[in-house]
Amino acid sequence: MKDTFLLDGEEVAFTPGQTVMQAATAAGKYIPHLCWHPDFAAHGSCKLCTVRIDGRLATACTVRAAAGQSVESETEELADKRRTLLQLLFVEGNHFCPSCEKSGDCVLQATAYRLGMLSPHFDHFYPDRAVDASHPDVLLDFNRCIMCELCVQASRDIDGKDVFALSGRGTRSHLIVNSVSGQLAETRFAASDRAATICPVGVILRKRVGFAVPIGKRTYDREPIGAVRADTVHTDKEPG
Amino acid sequence: MAGKLKVSTVSLAGCFGCHMSLLDIDERLLTLLERVEFDRSPITDIKHCSPCDIGLIEGGVCNAENVHVLREFRANCKVLVALGACAVNGGLPAQRNALDVGEILQMVYRTGHGLAPGSAVPDDPELPLPLNQVHPVHEVVRIDYFLPGCPPSADAIWSFLNDLIEGRAPRLGHGLLQYD
Repeated sequence: MKDTFLLDGEEVAFTPGQTVMQAATAAGKYIPHLCWHPDFAAHGSCKLCTVRIDGRLATACTVRAAAGQSVESETEELADKRRTLLQLLFVEGNHFCPSCEKSGDCVLQATAYRLGMLSPHFDHFYPDRAVDASHPDVLLDFNRCIMCELCVQASRDIDGKDVFALSGRGTRSHLIVNSVSGQLAETRFAASDRAATICPVGVILRKRVGFAVPIGKRTYDREPIGAVRADTVHTDKEPG
Repeated sequence: MAGKLKVSTVSLAGCFGCHMSLLDIDERLLTLLERVEFDRSPITDIKHCSPCDIGLIEGGVCNAENVHVLREFRANCKVLVALGACAVNGGLPAQRNALDVGEILQMVYRTGHGLAPGSAVPDDPELPLPLNQVHPVHEVVRIDYFLPGCPPSADAIWSFLNDLIEGRAPRLGHGLLQYD
């Protein structure tokens, strides 16, 4: 019975070195998350994957699985905390789903659906963030950024272009483009880059493909996030 | 009419799309009318709401009149519901929130394209003054329930109202909880 832990009372096998998130995902179990992606190093910033491990709160994406651990994830207490985190993200940016091309394919939105987030609860910031439409093939709408850094990692570690970075601290943190003018057109960024499809929300969008799939028929309109197969969470590898 | 719940509805800074979606429950309206009667609502054209069981607020708050109406609803309704994206988070009208309202009025009525000669910013005293930003209704009064969607589907509204009328906490499952 070595190398298993309990996730919400069910045994999950792991190989030494795996995190709780990696083991759970490999076992087809969904733990809500935004900044974690199986192809990249854990970022541990969104805190959506917070679970109780032997009674203590910890992020499932950064804690290594250990034999005999008891991990709680699907509890009302954690759902409450996760909803609050989502609400904070929604009011901090401008997340107007009806006018967003990512709606229905958006991990933030789908996670909020799954956790039953009905209201933003807090007062909205309504930040003023300019859109960057300088690139011929890709549009950047910074209003929707949740600072997961997946585009930063993809551009740096896979594309080898270092196009994106986070700048500023605290509430002034924001995504920037690594060029003299700050415009995407001035970088080597291409629509074929991994960073072009990695965004879980609607910041990095390909031009001229808007509404190719109508609202109501998109990924998470068809089935809830993580509901059937854990791999429905990461749809960014699908073509187009 | 004893035993029927009184329902008031209003559209503040909304497009009446949520009211259209309410009408989209189609023949189920007849079933609904066995359980509720409408007080203030576009359906009755009653101008002020009297004490009610349920108030449905479509749209956010964009001007002084919206604030008065919303407060009147809160004072009169036992249960107040934010109906649709604009009531929940400001929605499309809130896209103006990063702009200066004075500059917007100048651009729309004086410096924009295609205006008739002599166009001016309307200043009729009956027109409510716009607020500097559009706010979701929960930033102005206490809201009991939220039903997101642009608009919420007829099925979502039907399921929600049935839960409310039956005294259950409304729950929206997959396909009914939509923000778009």
